Amino acid sequence: MKALRKFLDKKKPLFQEGGKFAKLQSSFEAFETFLYVPNITSHSGTHIKDAIDLKRTMSVVVLALIPALLFGIYNTGYQHFLSLGQLANTEFLDICIYGLIQILPIIVVSYVVGLGIEFAFAQMRGHQVNEGFLVSGMLIPLIMPVGAPLWMVAVSTAFAVVIGKEVFGGTGMNIWNPALVARAFFFFAYPSKMSGESVWIAEKADSFSGATPLAHAASLVDATKPAADLIYNTHLSNTWDMFVGLIPGSIGETSTIAILIGAVILLATGIASWKIMTSVFVGGFVMGTIFHLVGGNPYMEMILPWQHLVMGGFAFGAVFMATDPVSGAQTNTGKYIYGFLIGFLAILIRVLNAGFPEAMMLAILFMNTFAPLIDHYVVQSNIKKRLKRVKVSA
Amino acid sequence: MSEVIKIKKGLDIKLVGKAEKGLEKADRSETFAIKPTDFPGLTPKLKVKVDTRVKAGSALFFDKYRPEINFASPVSGKVVAVNRGERRKILEVIVQSDDELQYEEFKKANPINLSRDEVKEELLKSGLWAFLRQRPYDVIANPTDTPKAIFISAFDSAPLAADFDYLVEGEAEAFQKGLDALTKLTDGKVHLNIDAKKTQSKVFTEAKNVQINKFTGVHPAGNVGIQIHKLDPINKGDVVWVIRPQEILFIGRLFDKGIYDVSCKIALTGSEIKKPTYYATLLGGSVRNILKGQLKDDDKIRVISGNALTGTQIPEDGFLGFYDSQITVIPEGDNYEFLGWALPGLKKFSMSKTFFSWLSPNKEYRLDANLHGEHRAFVMTGEYGKVLPMDVLPLQLIKSIIIEDIDQMEQLGIYEVAPEDLALCEFVCTSKINVQDILRQGIDLMIKEMS
Repeated sequence: MKALRKFLDKKKPLFQEGGKFAKLQSSFEAFETFLYVPNITSHSGTHIKDAIDLKRTMSVVVLALIPALLFGIYNTGYQHFLSLGQLANTEFLDICIYGLIQILPIIVVSYVVGLGIEFAFAQMRGHQVNEGFLVSGMLIPLIMPVGAPLWMVAVSTAFAVVIGKEVFGGTGMNIWNPALVARAFFFFAYPSKMSGESVWIAEKADSFSGATPLAHAASLVDATKPAADLIYNTHLSNTWDMFVGLIPGSIGETSTIAILIGAVILLATGIASWKIMTSVFVGGFVMGTIFHLVGGNPYMEMILPWQHLVMGGFAFGAVFMATDPVSGAQTNTGKYIYGFLIGFLAILIRVLNAGFPEAMMLAILFMNTFAPLIDHYVVQSNIKKRLKRVKVSA
Repeated sequence: MSEVIKIKKGLDIKLVGKAEKGLEKADRSETFAIKPTDFPGLTPKLKVKVDTRVKAGSALFFDKYRPEINFASPVSGKVVAVNRGERRKILEVIVQSDDELQYEEFKKANPINLSRDEVKEELLKSGLWAFLRQRPYDVIANPTDTPKAIFISAFDSAPLAADFDYLVEGEAEAFQKGLDALTKLTDGKVHLNIDAKKTQSKVFTEAKNVQINKFTGVHPAGNVGIQIHKLDPINKGDVVWVIRPQEILFIGRLFDKGIYDVSCKIALTGSEIKKPTYYATLLGGSVRNILKGQLKDDDKIRVISGNALTGTQIPEDGFLGFYDSQITVIPEGDNYEFLGWALPGLKKFSMSKTFFSWLSPNKEYRLDANLHGEHRAFVMTGEYGKVLPMDVLPLQLIKSIIIEDIDQMEQLGIYEVAPEDLALCEFVCTSKINVQDILRQGIDLMIKEMS
């Protein structure tokens, strides 16, 4: 590795001020620091530092996403061959290869477009390239339908990076989760490609229903009793299937097991906030329980509270999206409130508004918007406590 | 108080190179220096020139805005240099020591029999006043104030910190005299805070005329700021004073012997030291003779006066800082590490469990001064709160300082914190933000705005 270091040291002056490629300094540094943790030492303050940095943090999150990604690849192939009725005579490897062929282009598009814009902005501003997009670039494909046209993925990603992040000043400054901005843009700009039955399964056979459990559940609302029973028994009674994830849905969101493996990685390393994560699930469970007990239509009555948690993007959102530290609440108390309301609202919207079966996205974006307000009140209460102390002692 | 206050939030950083008890002999330092930069916010005015002869206790310079506060020479001898930095800022006043010390003479008295003003006058005249520091702001105490209380932490929980029990060993009398003098300065209590588990020395446990409080737990349990917050938090308008045990000995000796005697023990620590141990020296002494023969010479090193979290980098022939009783020597670490962010990291220390070093919790680490990353905007949240055992929102406080919102800084508790209290926040920061520098800027701004 010494040769590589020597090579970099030799080329470095070219990219520094006065060098031939000084304009590309940010890009050079991005690659250099990717290869080598830089030699910067502390000049003031603490002389020693925790070994963690954003690259490490972000790579742990990407690592935590890998189980969901791998399962997504398998499930894409699985659903495809299931719809064709060829599942029984297809090898495991072929299923995976098919899934990979479908998904890899989406990942590549997401990273190339997103990182391209990030590099361009860093260059323009003379900043360093921030690591934030390493995670966003992986999240975006995982919350897309597998049938999403690549150009739409590209446009959504570009929108998310520019409007969702860079206009605010880059990583750390954005108010919404960039990956969800991409999905929201996609959802509202190209609704036909993110709803209905045909988009969740790659090259689906026409005769096969590709509806997601959420769509089935939504269809319960107006169903008569016998029809509702039929829908429930054929599509929704098997919680285990939904938990394992061999169901149609966005690429990475279907398998609660894979997501929970990611959750364990995030919580064990201390990267994600357990306060947010658990309170999202609690919030969802509470709302689900209320619906189940109060009732009103078959959707509310028949779906059990825990089924809500394994359906659609709820678990994925709770583990990977709600816990984004930048767009979430920042105070400890705020995190409980923020998480709880995400879970609560997600189930509320999902059940009451048939137009938005995938309510997790909207609930998180909504609470992202309100996170600063929650924090404001938590901070105020800290301030009040301090002021009160003055009076007591006076 | 028999009740023990437990500090749970925080982090003990276990480093290689803790000083073993026992005094190692080193050639006496020939030069001594007092550095105005050790006193935040001070504008020094010189009282001496190069070649002036001084005695131990003669003032070298004083505070321009509070001229009664003197800064004394630790030894007798000749002023050999006044080193200046940018814009002629005074960095060091260096005194070449005589072989045989001569002392300025001050009044011998039992402080119990003195009035508050008499004690004050003695401390100001002798230059010992500079050891009294106040909270809020963590600056030298104002002689016209009467503090609500005085706080003394009898232990240091910082990485590789000197054992205070050992520093005061055999000086119970001087310590008690110093405490007696302090009790004269406040209408409130003098709090002596000991480590419930580790403090053994009777100098502390049997001290009289003070309130002894017991603490236990992880760093920053030994930080006096944390202790104040737990015992009697600072509100707007309050002033409390703090002082360290070794400095109380100096005060005791002043009243006992009538001289400015700042001989002290210091701990030489750190992974790059062959035999970490204690040395007897005087305040402000050059570290050259102490380091001689003690450095492992395989790597580029960094010498720190103080501990690795809050200390000041000094050259290998630099001088001990005014408030420090510890020298830490660590590797500089200005090298590149190939894919360092991706490796398992068994030798890397992190509060998070993202490196596999968490599998061996009792391991001692050889940490260097590398940042292990680059400066970034705030991304992670909740990290700071895990290492600050105060009812203060550190992230919000730091942000309010960055935007210079005076009202909010005050509301969020800037009066209660000193940079050293937030040192761990800086240590664990994923975005490598200079928390202590920012806090000091905030404090400077407060001082400017409130005066």
